[in-house]
Amino acid sequence: MSTPPKEGEFYQRDRRWHPPALSQDYKTSVTRSPKFPLISLENTPSEITGPVFGHNDINAADNDLLSNFAQPGESPVGERIIVHGRVLDENARPVPNTLVEIWQANASGRYRHKKDSYLGALDPNFGGCGRTLTDANGCYHFRTVKPGAYPWRNWVNDWRPAHIHVSVFGSGFAQRLITQLYFEGDPLIARCPIVNTIPDPEAVEMLVARLDMNATIPLDTIAYRFDIVLRGRRSTLFENRLEGN
Amino acid sequence: MRQKLEYLKETPSQTAGPYVHIGLAPGAAGFEIYDQELGWDIAGPNAKGARIRVEGVVTDGTGSPVKDVLLEAWQANADGVYAHPEHVGEVEQGFRGWGRVITDFETGEWGFDTVKPGPVMGRGGQMMAPHINLWIVARGINVGLNTRVYFEDEEEANAADPVLNVIEWERRRATLIAKREARDGLAVYRFDIRLQGEDETVFFDI
Repeated sequence: MSTPPKEGEFYQRDRRWHPPALSQDYKTSVTRSPKFPLISLENTPSEITGPVFGHNDINAADNDLLSNFAQPGESPVGERIIVHGRVLDENARPVPNTLVEIWQANASGRYRHKKDSYLGALDPNFGGCGRTLTDANGCYHFRTVKPGAYPWRNWVNDWRPAHIHVSVFGSGFAQRLITQLYFEGDPLIARCPIVNTIPDPEAVEMLVARLDMNATIPLDTIAYRFDIVLRGRRSTLFENRLEGN
Repeated sequence: MRQKLEYLKETPSQTAGPYVHIGLAPGAAGFEIYDQELGWDIAGPNAKGARIRVEGVVTDGTGSPVKDVLLEAWQANADGVYAHPEHVGEVEQGFRGWGRVITDFETGEWGFDTVKPGPVMGRGGQMMAPHINLWIVARGINVGLNTRVYFEDEEEANAADPVLNVIEWERRRATLIAKREARDGLAVYRFDIRLQGEDETVFFDI
């Protein structure tokens, strides 16, 4: 009997593709960035494993930000959107059954957070967070409103482009990722010091969700497509065994 | 035809920002929305082994506490087994080995209750000393930082740990050793994390 090749280590993370720890123009990073280089580790079971989530952990309606905080019969203010896509790995294989969590400001650019005091109004019908598990094909979707831009203290006149924070797990702790989704055509993207922590414009393009008219629900909700790529794994064709002798 | 490699690039990281709690711990942001927030119970009620608490504060390059940080912990059970289908062995009912940890917004102090993990077999048959893996995100951290908590009272295992021994600078290894104190009969381990500056914590590229 033959068994399929066992999956091995994750591909090395390309640190020149990700933002460096220190980015002078994103001022908060200056005192929060390690000065010493990271110590590179070969994967052990501590990195290859990671938490597993199931349908008992969340509710099916947690992915609907239009309704998960709204009063019965009411809706949040703002442009109604669908955000959907797939979670893949670097081998272009779907990552099934993985937890995707999002959070965002409301249409006024205001966060429901005790530390946010921006002038934009809170929306009594909008919480601003959602979560879901990818299906067998790695697909996920959320319903929400398009977040507003908002000012932040960096330079005196910095505005964040409209964005949604996205957190993804994958199957191993080494794949853990938080990123931000931006919207196609937003002129604030190119000006943003946080976006510009990413050195390669091609990498920034990966964070820009595309208007997806085919997924739009006519007369109801407009759609954006956002695929997420997590680290891929080697197949253990000629590998030393990771564990044991 | 030129051969082509059909790999995708990983989605680049962006900071979790100051409002990470909305998404990952909404109760701390100030509102209730989910029936069940994830990550509050790392070990569950049935876990064997010593109940412990791990506490600390994250400080920045000026020595100030980072009050808006969020940490995630990932650990094996007392038998050294991770709750994951690829790791051989059983864990207790309700043991996930993963948790989320937030700070007191006033002081930056954080802490979590769990069980002490057992040693885990590492690469090439080399046993790793008991440790808890941490992932740290916050405003100003562009890519989540990975580190490991080891335990002061595992001196022999720590000395043989293949990961600690990868760190060339021996005095930097001490930044990963949590200090033990007894408090009302409970073992409490202190693990302060310094993002930058004197005694900067060792962070790993995993």
